[in-house]
Amino acid sequence: MRVGLFVTCLVDLFRPSVGLAALELLEAAGCEVIVPTTQTCCGQPGYNSGDRASARALAQKVLNEFADVDYVVAPSGSCSGMIRVHYPALFRDDRALAERAGRLAAKTYELTDFLVNQAPLRQVPGRFSGAVAYHDCCAGLREMGVKAQPRALLAKMAGIEMRELAECEQCCGFGGTFSIKFGDVSAAIADRKCDDVKASGAGTLVLGDLGCMLNIEGRMRRRGDTATRVLHVAEVLAGDNGRVG
Amino acid sequence: MQVRSMHFKARAGQALADRTLQSNLHKFGTGGLAALRAKAVSEYGRDAFEALRDAAKEIRDRGLADLPALLERFEAEATRRGATVLWAQDGDEVRELVLEICRRHGLRKAVKSKSMLSEEAGLNDALAAHGVEPIETDLGEYIIQLANEPPSHIIAPAVHKSKDEVSDLFAKFHGTERKTDIPQLTREAREVLRRHFLSADLGLSGANFLIAETGSGVIVTNEGNGRMVTTLPRVHVAITGIEKVIPTLEDFATLLRALTRSATGQPISNYVSMFTGPKGRDDGDGPEHMYFILVDNGRTGLVGGDMQEMLRCIRCGACMNHCPVYKTVGGHSYGWVYPGPMGAILTPSYVGLENALDLPHAATLCNQCGVVCPVKIPLPDLLRTLREKQVERDLRPKGERAGLRLWAWAAQRPRVYALATKVAVRYLRGLGGRRGMISRLPFGNGWTLAREMPAPQGRTFRELYAARRRRTPSPS
Repeated sequence: MRVGLFVTCLVDLFRPSVGLAALELLEAAGCEVIVPTTQTCCGQPGYNSGDRASARALAQKVLNEFADVDYVVAPSGSCSGMIRVHYPALFRDDRALAERAGRLAAKTYELTDFLVNQAPLRQVPGRFSGAVAYHDCCAGLREMGVKAQPRALLAKMAGIEMRELAECEQCCGFGGTFSIKFGDVSAAIADRKCDDVKASGAGTLVLGDLGCMLNIEGRMRRRGDTATRVLHVAEVLAGDNGRVG
Repeated sequence: MQVRSMHFKARAGQALADRTLQSNLHKFGTGGLAALRAKAVSEYGRDAFEALRDAAKEIRDRGLADLPALLERFEAEATRRGATVLWAQDGDEVRELVLEICRRHGLRKAVKSKSMLSEEAGLNDALAAHGVEPIETDLGEYIIQLANEPPSHIIAPAVHKSKDEVSDLFAKFHGTERKTDIPQLTREAREVLRRHFLSADLGLSGANFLIAETGSGVIVTNEGNGRMVTTLPRVHVAITGIEKVIPTLEDFATLLRALTRSATGQPISNYVSMFTGPKGRDDGDGPEHMYFILVDNGRTGLVGGDMQEMLRCIRCGACMNHCPVYKTVGGHSYGWVYPGPMGAILTPSYVGLENALDLPHAATLCNQCGVVCPVKIPLPDLLRTLREKQVERDLRPKGERAGLRLWAWAAQRPRVYALATKVAVRYLRGLGGRRGMISRLPFGNGWTLAREMPAPQGRTFRELYAARRRRTPSPS
């Protein structure tokens, strides 16, 4: 099956290791991975800031770039949710585009969901030892139904000890541009997440969205916690644990 | 009520700096009403509760689709049973109507059960200014009335106060010895309030629902004060929004199941009081005169528009109980009657988009509110629509608009984008230094106020991918 990897702009810019890890995992699951090199951003910044025009322009670009693949997979609940849930809404007043958006939405998956339900990853290539806690990012959880999938994949790794956070489904306070417009409120919300991770006793926090990752790790470091690792689930599963290349 | 919704950002900042408030909010946020709801939903059965939410949504949608007819039916039925139905366009008219009723019956003291509409209308100040003493009798409302503060939550109005603060208030205003035991404190409040119940000549209440088929109002309460307010004084005035009307008692039974579980996790509230007209000839108690004041105050403006779904709201408070922003900054930050996600939609809708610029943005769009709403209001979608309206009306800062446009412009031009990001990630990598953490960003310092920005790894994915392809050419 031909799988288009939607890298996401944050991964492209901040943490390409996540994109490479996703690529390796999809290949390990037997997929032929296509990475359209013209891809940039799914349009969420504009969409969530009221700039519908720019969101539509970027969404149309994604529609074109991923028209020919069997599936679209993103290492992000938020960007895959944008495509699956919000693209159809974005084009609801244009029948032809709405139809194309509907087709794209139907074949778009979050990475761990895809690796459990569409192209099962039998052998997890990575190795990891230690206690990890998993944070359920909002869009992944509430838009894409990602909950059991990352835990099931992590559970295949022998050295991993899973610890559940008391409030694993609580928002970390990122919220896209919210994190900049209301930086103080956003960081105060992230504080609760940091406390929760600390209380869990896990040395590593694993999650599936880069925005939340930057937010939580950023707050942890400012609080003086330099020990707790924050890793994307793809990095852990692929075994590169945040190293590039 | 005075509109302070323009100052969300500043008020949220103050709330974050207020250590007592933060400690009170923390107690509310861990456990609290959200945990009670979760327990109630699991006892009811998750699937059954989903079906209940669908049914509740359907009832509310049906009511709103038929609003004028239902209101006429309500008016006819209520009038037939001896109540007087009055209509108010806005808060000014609410105040005038209530004051007129006070003059007509020579009323001097009002005991009040919770009414958010009276907050919308700023009724207490108007009553006091015209020689009618208003006494809030819901314990939380009573506490904040003593503190001279507005409610910070729609069903737990004093949730921002600690027991210690309440002890201080009671000792100061009751002139009694300071107590710290909660049963003793509530007993003291009951004793004080009992005197007011017995001496008041006006009872003011809200109404959770209006039942069209019987012309009744309903209040859903836990303290019993509502029942006294609606039966003891010789005049009872129920003030509520026109959108609260529902067709039948059967519909009410369905909505009640959803309401109490969503609000406090109760299968049913301690009291469900229904009032239908004044005291009848054979009734042992009840008011001699019964009025309904049905208020628009912006509601008809939402009918048929893209905020109509908000009118389904049954005021349970679940959205704020589950909101990370509300739980962090508290209700007063929102600056008007309704806080949390529902307030972030209602306030701009009722007081004007231009008077609440921050509110639609004061949310992470996490959708914790949307998934618990008993009438399935898509709160994040409505917030997003308000954001779009702000852009359409050119109400957003120029810099923000320009930034978004620049991003979209570049993101539509892959070659420009590739070059710009290639430069940017190297620059930011440099700023990150040895630790790989940026403590001060040259732009968007909102991020680095209280957080580091983890620096990029130094090369973009597209660069690394191109290098990988060169090493291992793909078969395709």
